[in-house]
Amino acid sequence: MKLYELAYARSGDKGDCANIGVIATSKANYAILKEKLTSDKVQAFFQKLSPKSTERFELPNLLALNFVLKGVLGGGGSLSLRCDAQGKALGQALLEMEIEL
Amino acid sequence: MSFVKIGNASGFWGDDITAAASLLKQAQDLDFLTLDYLAEVSLSIMAAQREKDPKAGYAKDFISCLRTLLPFWENGSKVKIVTNAGGLDPLACGEACKMVIEKAGLKLKVAVITGDNILEKLQRNPEDPLFNNLDTGKSLLSISQKLVSANAYIGARQVADALEAGADIVIGGRIADPSLTVGPCLYHFRWSDQDYDKLAGATVAGHLIECGTQVTGGISTDWLNLPKVSDIGFPIAEIDSGGRVIITKPKGTGGAVTEKSVKEQLLYELGDPANYLSPDAKVSFLALSVHDLGEDRVLIENAKGAPPTGFYKVSATYRQGFKAEAFLAIFGKDASKKARRAGEAVFEKLKQLGFEPRHQMIECLGSGDLVPGVITQETKECVLRLAAQDERYEALDQFTKAIAPLVTSGPQGITGYSSARPKVRDVFGFWPCLIARKDLNLRIDIL
Repeated sequence: MKLYELAYARSGDKGDCANIGVIATSKANYAILKEKLTSDKVQAFFQKLSPKSTERFELPNLLALNFVLKGVLGGGGSLSLRCDAQGKALGQALLEMEIEL
Repeated sequence: MSFVKIGNASGFWGDDITAAASLLKQAQDLDFLTLDYLAEVSLSIMAAQREKDPKAGYAKDFISCLRTLLPFWENGSKVKIVTNAGGLDPLACGEACKMVIEKAGLKLKVAVITGDNILEKLQRNPEDPLFNNLDTGKSLLSISQKLVSANAYIGARQVADALEAGADIVIGGRIADPSLTVGPCLYHFRWSDQDYDKLAGATVAGHLIECGTQVTGGISTDWLNLPKVSDIGFPIAEIDSGGRVIITKPKGTGGAVTEKSVKEQLLYELGDPANYLSPDAKVSFLALSVHDLGEDRVLIENAKGAPPTGFYKVSATYRQGFKAEAFLAIFGKDASKKARRAGEAVFEKLKQLGFEPRHQMIECLGSGDLVPGVITQETKECVLRLAAQDERYEALDQFTKAIAPLVTSGPQGITGYSSARPKVRDVFGFWPCLIARKDLNLRIDIL
């Protein structure tokens, strides 16, 4: 099952870090995300962007997880040479992840 | 219950310049209008502009915007404006603003907040450990010669004091985005600086509306099915004396305010949700509740606040050479392979010339390169995007000249060289650090 069947997402930048907010569409789906969508999984998913670290924060009140990926924006500021210099596409990318139930 | 109604009609420098007048027309009972012009690198762009024109140290868009608002005041509107359009030169912005107002024969008070600009402090004390890079720990000494701008993110107190002094328009430099909203609440409800839960509620409201239409349907999951995306309404926060917030938008406008759109924006550019740091309070999002009231009204409550840290965050920028980017399109069999090879050929050529850029990027957009490693597909149509960065201007100049020859020397099906030679642009690095609150001398002038 794709992550987009369980959740929706929005991503953005802070300096050279990107964050991806992932919001489950139900309590049951939040429980699945909490178990399956670990920081290690997200770090591995974006390995080609070479994150220095990936940290996960839980917001059970919003049925959401927030991931902060350090060092994925090619330097941050206006330095990045990537088309997606501000990580705006990362949320949509993560939703393509396969979640095995 | 008494509400204060605060709208936002600019999420960044370059946002829709007609939005402010539209919003005032659509929501005539608005008490305050906030206009945010600053992102992390905006101040460095202003610094570069100012080198060419000493009067270009602020967001001139604001003055154009102000002209569109004159008729509202002429017809008795009491709306007050709070903005960080002042950028590097809030006083010049304030004076330009005053001239427009006086020319129109209006009697409006303009307040200017200064003191956030601390470039000289950083230049004088580059060895101060507080100025070490917050992300990397590196000493400022490594880049202090190349500093371009340094501004502290200042809070709501000065905004509230300026309003208390009778200002109709409050102009500052690096006022933190959410504080543009917190300031009017602090003034309107006579909250104290220690009413942390209430300040937290207003901070959440500011966080939600600071990016304009991002909370009213822009970049949302349901975007494709939204009504009238050509005319998405700008957001309004209705905040009560307890710091509860309703996010809404004017009736009849496009887009939507829903539980989903609000939750998405709550998580936008968020770090640790237990410690959202603003100059006004440390805010926890962990007890927040979001209720969709229907008809584009969403209630957010239970923000929890704690005292802010003893420091202001500082956003400094420094010169890091030049960059440029170029696009070409390729169609046909092996399109993405051809595109990649053509990109490599450009950089090989530059190497032969002795101008190999220090940093190079080849992206075949359409074959999965936008976010590498997520999807990969061999396509028969893709866009080749090349980007380069180097300390040497000449290397970038040569790069921009190496693109056009591909139209005749590149692969079959290469096309789309219609935008001429790309422009070489300045590159600014971002340097986050701290300064003790007591070391900042903030000041308010009434013009």
